[in-house]
Amino acid sequence: MYPADLKYTNDHEWVRVAGAEATVGITDFAQKQLGDVVFVELPEVGRTLKQGEAFGTIESVKAVSELFSPVSGVVTAVNGELGSHPDFVNSKPHDTWMIRLKVSNAGEAASLLDATAYEALTK
Amino acid sequence: MPVEYTGIIDEHMAVRTKAGLFDVSHMGQIEIAGPQALAAVQHLTCNDASKLAIGQIQYSALTTPAAGFVDDILVYRFADDHFMLVVNAGNIVKDYEWIQNNTRQRGGDVAVVNASSRYALIAIQGPEAEAILQTLTSMDLPAMKYYWFGTGEVAGQRVTVSRTGYTGEDGFEIFLPPAGAEKMWNALLEAGAGRGLQPCGLGARDTLRLEAAMRLCGSDMDDETTVLEADLGWIVGWQKAEFLGRDVLLEQKAGGLTRRLVGFEVMDKAIARHGYPVVAGGAQVGVVTSGTQTPFLKKAIGLAMVPVSMSAVGSVLSIDVRGRQVTAHVVPQPFYTRAGK
Repeated sequence: MYPADLKYTNDHEWVRVAGAEATVGITDFAQKQLGDVVFVELPEVGRTLKQGEAFGTIESVKAVSELFSPVSGVVTAVNGELGSHPDFVNSKPHDTWMIRLKVSNAGEAASLLDATAYEALTK
Repeated sequence: MPVEYTGIIDEHMAVRTKAGLFDVSHMGQIEIAGPQALAAVQHLTCNDASKLAIGQIQYSALTTPAAGFVDDILVYRFADDHFMLVVNAGNIVKDYEWIQNNTRQRGGDVAVVNASSRYALIAIQGPEAEAILQTLTSMDLPAMKYYWFGTGEVAGQRVTVSRTGYTGEDGFEIFLPPAGAEKMWNALLEAGAGRGLQPCGLGARDTLRLEAAMRLCGSDMDDETTVLEADLGWIVGWQKAEFLGRDVLLEQKAGGLTRRLVGFEVMDKAIARHGYPVVAGGAQVGVVTSGTQTPFLKKAIGLAMVPVSMSAVGSVLSIDVRGRQVTAHVVPQPFYTRAGK
């Protein structure tokens, strides 16, 4: 159920790396844990993030958690659609991106989990 | 009782528009009976239980001598000399011991029984609740008024039914022996399937009660919060000659109140949650006691304990949300009132 073309973190983010661009969201497991998402707070475009650094917060009716960047890079875009439709994180987590990054260290993604390893983590 | 079944928003909306089913068997029941039962209840609780007819219920509190909350409760009058207090799950033992100690001290002919293990409690709440429940009973539900109860058969079981709830919606709570609870739950779910009845968890229970500005004891108030500070003056029986905490409440009523629980609405996009500081001039002046994003009103609302000077409707509050200061306005309570009420 976890797409094979994505990489995953222990903090339940996913990342799709295509060349120098990384696209980041949270996993189906994460959205289930959170329940109904009501706010997603995202960073300014242009912000530099280190791997594992908090880039925003996600808030559901029952809890608030931080979002952590799976890789290092500079934020090139944030998904403005989440302002009016935070529920997309619940309905289609793996198709709902939060930030795009220009990757600064191409090697980092290799250290992340693949779909099989991530699925095992959530069992 | 799980936090959620299908999702907090989904369950919340079901209760506001159709009906929801809650297993609230964790609630406690303490019975007080005997010739001195009324005197004991009058001494221990702030509301005036002498006003209760047999079959009637009132919201009240077990108060400390300082007028703080031991617990907030419902008082059911079974008979002239027999009452049942419905108490919060986490406070059952504390309440029972408090009642025991404070009735023993006074002497008198009264028995106190922790009956919590004898009762399961199932709540059916929402505009369709009456129609669904009526299919399972010959009790005359339309004749049962809000905060009254009766006994009868529901789905073939002898039960006590009260027109009460913790959602701000019309609805009923069914007290029955635990052995029959699962059968009752299933019978209700089946009877309500065609009318949109959904099982609901603790998450929706919390968002629903908060929209209705119903307090959560332990979160919105505790033994250091007085009944007037919790803005519950309407549950104080001022005519009573004596009850625990009366002197303190009279003094506060005469102008000694320094802080009050208010309802607020957050103007920015943020949820102000339990424990977040209310700040003014760089210092903490109050605290959020409950806060959520409400599914029905689609607003971030909550309750906060603030200085009386900031408690009027329209007052502007500043709340520290994880280091960010957001603006909230004091608004009238409840946040939500059901149609036709």
